[in-house]
Amino acid sequence: MGWLFLAFGIVAAFGLAALLRRAALQLAPAEWRSALADMPLTAAFGLMVIAIYIFVALAAPLLAPFPEREVVGSQFQPWSLQHWLGTDRLGRDMASRLIYGARNTVGIAFATTALAFIVGSLLGLWAALRGGWLDQTLSRFVDALMAIPSLIFSLLLLTIFGTSVLTLILVIAAVDATRVYRIARSVAQGIVVMDYIEAARLRGEGSWYLIRREILPNALAPLVAEFGLRFCFVFLTISSLSFLGLGIQPPLADWGSMVRENATLITFGDITPLLPAGAIALLTVAVNFVVDWQLYRASGLKEQAG
Amino acid sequence: MAALIRMIAQRLALGVLTLFIVSVVIFFATELLPGDLASTLLGQAATPETVAALRRQLGLDLPAPVRYWNWLTGALQGDFGVSLANRRPIADLIAARLGNTIFLALYAAALAVPLALILGILAALWRNSVFDRAANAGALTAISFPEFFVAYILVLWLAQSGYFPSMVRISPVSTFGEKLYMAFLPALTLTLVVTAHMMRMTRAAIINLMAQPYIEMARLKGMSPLRIVLRHALPNALAPIINVIAINLAYLITGVVVVEVVFVYPGLGQLMVDSVSKRDIAVVQAIALIFASAYVLLNLTADVLSTLTNPRLMSKG
Amino acid sequence: MTGEVLLEIRNLVIEGRAGEEWSRILRGVNLTLHRGEVVGLIGESGAGKSTLGLAAMGFARDGCRISAGSIRFDGIDLRTASERVKRGLRGKRIAYVAQSAAASFNPSHKLIDQYAEAPVTHGVMSRAQAEKDAVALYERLRLPNPEEIGFRYPHQVSGGQLQRAMTAMAMACRPDLIIFDEPTTALDVTTQIEVLAAIRDAVRAFDTAAIYITHDLAVVAQMADRITILLRGEEVEENDTRAMLAAPRAAYTKTLWAVRRFQRADQPPPREAPLLSVRKVSASYGKKPVLHDVSFDLYPGRTLAVVGESGSGKSTVARVITGLLPPSAGEVMLEGASLPPDYRARTRDQLRQCQMIYQMADTALNPKLTLRQIIGRPAAMYLGLRGRALEARIRALLEMIELDPDSFIDRLPSELSGGQKQRIGIARALAAEPKVIICDEVTSALDQIVQEGILRLLDKLQSELGLAYMFITHDLATVRAIADDVVVMQHGRVVEQGTKPEVFTPPHQPYTELLLSSVPRMDPDWLTNLLAARAASD
Repeated sequence: MGWLFLAFGIVAAFGLAALLRRAALQLAPAEWRSALADMPLTAAFGLMVIAIYIFVALAAPLLAPFPEREVVGSQFQPWSLQHWLGTDRLGRDMASRLIYGARNTVGIAFATTALAFIVGSLLGLWAALRGGWLDQTLSRFVDALMAIPSLIFSLLLLTIFGTSVLTLILVIAAVDATRVYRIARSVAQGIVVMDYIEAARLRGEGSWYLIRREILPNALAPLVAEFGLRFCFVFLTISSLSFLGLGIQPPLADWGSMVRENATLITFGDITPLLPAGAIALLTVAVNFVVDWQLYRASGLKEQAG
Repeated sequence: MAALIRMIAQRLALGVLTLFIVSVVIFFATELLPGDLASTLLGQAATPETVAALRRQLGLDLPAPVRYWNWLTGALQGDFGVSLANRRPIADLIAARLGNTIFLALYAAALAVPLALILGILAALWRNSVFDRAANAGALTAISFPEFFVAYILVLWLAQSGYFPSMVRISPVSTFGEKLYMAFLPALTLTLVVTAHMMRMTRAAIINLMAQPYIEMARLKGMSPLRIVLRHALPNALAPIINVIAINLAYLITGVVVVEVVFVYPGLGQLMVDSVSKRDIAVVQAIALIFASAYVLLNLTADVLSTLTNPRLMSKG
Repeated sequence: MTGEVLLEIRNLVIEGRAGEEWSRILRGVNLTLHRGEVVGLIGESGAGKSTLGLAAMGFARDGCRISAGSIRFDGIDLRTASERVKRGLRGKRIAYVAQSAAASFNPSHKLIDQYAEAPVTHGVMSRAQAEKDAVALYERLRLPNPEEIGFRYPHQVSGGQLQRAMTAMAMACRPDLIIFDEPTTALDVTTQIEVLAAIRDAVRAFDTAAIYITHDLAVVAQMADRITILLRGEEVEENDTRAMLAAPRAAYTKTLWAVRRFQRADQPPPREAPLLSVRKVSASYGKKPVLHDVSFDLYPGRTLAVVGESGSGKSTVARVITGLLPPSAGEVMLEGASLPPDYRARTRDQLRQCQMIYQMADTALNPKLTLRQIIGRPAAMYLGLRGRALEARIRALLEMIELDPDSFIDRLPSELSGGQKQRIGIARALAAEPKVIICDEVTSALDQIVQEGILRLLDKLQSELGLAYMFITHDLATVRAIADDVVVMQHGRVVEQGTKPEVFTPPHQPYTELLLSSVPRMDPDWLTNLLAARAASD
């Protein structure tokens, strides 16, 4: 029965995505239309899911029937009209925590990715532009840090600094910035060898102008796609850490720790603890679908130009 | 050949250097701590006397380079010091678990590598077919799932019905067959996640290869598709495929941590997670060093192997 | 031609996929080829000549489809034939020689293994026989060490030799037809001669029919009995080689001679004090020396052509002058004053005086900036123009390069054709109001007729503004057309220099002689005569 519902849900969601795509095609301004026209259904589905998540995260207090941290009933209640998804092991409302989780888990992952991206990509672009000893020093340093698997390195740092939301963001961002640096540097290296950069250098332009006006506009498309991939990675890492009890700490509602706290139910065949895990998976799938479409578009455009 | 040997020697030297730097990073990361380890461990309630006593006990009164040297030389001989939490030698804690973790990783690798290579190559050859699209969508979905989600779905599906145990109870006396049976679900979880990554990378590598002009040349020479794949694509695909395998085996190292916790599997990952929550720095450092070394060695092996498949290097000199 | 018809293509339409839509690459092309006949296929990039060549093998690249017409090879319909039948023909009766031999040889196998593959798989001969045969063919194609060269990997063999090895590989089964797809385009002129001679000799010796694809009319004149000219997927003209060279009929065909007929409008001013001087410059990339003691002068209002083949160091000289590569010895002087070796140490005014135009207009213009921004930036930066003055200057520059300001000023580079992009490169250089413009192979990526337009524009600007050009090129036809002074370079050294008449009038230095004599001429007997002359002088 469960599988049937799942299948029906997927079909319905994709149908809705198809309808939305058609509506968007009608309403969008002309210059967007060509991009939307070749959008695969998976990407439309992804965009729709992402939009829903953003809405839920922003409107959490309005949507949630109960407060985030309050004990509102007895423990491990089954699904009911009052508590749609039952209660957790402390007697808090599962549905409300799931809704607040969108705000906490996604918000923290987004902040972390953004931080990693600003630091990593600026350093990467700068290193590629300047080359020489600066590039060598930074790159060797990053290589050394990347020789340690990221989850292991994060665990080490969390042991040292303890687990709080702030250290979590800083630690994961620091570890992830090394990966972003690598990508940004290699993207920028492809751009820096272009003749228009040489022309700008010979004109006497400074580093900041070169990064801002000449490199960044051309690096943006691959970096945006990469942002999506890094977000997925950070999101999964943070969720895993929370699941291990080392990430986002209670009483903050968070999807990873919700799975951990209520995991015992699974062995009794109750799927409620899987819902937050499913929420994580659904968002990651959605982002990946959109990124895949963007990457495909980028490569397709390149083929046409060449 | 001389060039080749020089190349390999260079890579090995670089690998040793990387390992050294990794050990430095792991050891000196604790120095980043504001204040010092002893006061952090004891918390705010500690008196100066107890802090001083703990500092002596931990050897924190020695200068850092000396402590690093003692730690490194000890580690090279298998002595990682004692746990801060329960004073037991870390080597004893690790010894039994290391084998279990290696067993699980190899188990998953043995399932995942052939599966991923076959799926990836087929998807690349039948590009844009229904099979390719399905495999791709499946892989994309599997990549997007957190490991614990995959693990619990398998538990719900396979362990609920009683086919396989959802908790792994391996003891030193378990036979190989029992171990395979017990560890099937964790291994399967890892396999699913890793296969997805590896399949996508293999597919991309093969597609990239099939677009090369020499493949078109082989087709224009009237060669059969099978011969083109085996004779023209495969020898050039070895290096990228070796790299794909190495990346994913390295990925297993991190994957192991979460999966061990879900299945209560007595391995290094679980020990590490326990130690992190107890802030048992000494144990965490030891395990981090082991995982990082395995990671570096894997990449090094892949590097050397793919060098060996390159005729440019093999035939020079 | 007396032989029977070997290949007959009728009304062939091939479509290529662009996104979701199919567009026509070939629009109903006919081609007939008799046994032993060589047909030249000429066209610009995008004309569909490679697509037609591959179609002769019943092959369409991924993303292309044959949608109408017929292809008959020796009575076999290649459109309806099964893959199996076509596989049996390819490599055995129809063979292919690709443009880039370096990319088309499998890097993992020795040349001899790749040679033997077709004859052994198609059951034409045994492996031992194939090896013996290969040596004979290598010898006929004048490859050095024919016994031994087959046992090397592709990366151990030079470009010109690889191209001949690929021709040998194509001939392994003694096919009835070989498709040569621009086999000498990537080669230097002096290497090109050897490959052309070898190919022609081998094709004649075995009486093989061939389709020879190229964009160079002079090259095809040496190789083909008949010529077909393609333009955007359609046949423009078809005739006997000699007849076509003597009297081209179609207007488009006539434009293919354009650049060779280009003549400058005015006489250059006489040499005065040098504007830019390169003095005893040596330079190296890392430890590898690339320039040795190079000296020459550039005079106001005149064009200096720096000629050389790949690896001659001609582009490196430009990098030294612009300050991208500080020399290890020697100096560059501008109007008698020494320039700092590194561009970062130069003043803004020094940078302004010397501007550069690049070979690949695609990579020389930032694709994310509009023409207004691209041309406006140097004008704003160097001359301090703002607001309306800047706008007026940008429009004036666009008019100078013969583009309508109203419709172009806010376009992105992707909305321009190749020739228009190159014009923007010129405008950007002019915006700085320089004295010297360095042109690095500015016409070599363009089609013939577009080349002529660019040269004409550069010439006009020179007479109007009194600019000095340094023209870096490998193409002697361009040198003849535009140069006042010539510097010939080889292996990082200046071999000969002087005014154009001095350099182009005999007696020459041996290398200059070789270079000049290697440029194909529009004369079907040129290669024959040249080889005879060279053989006589040996």
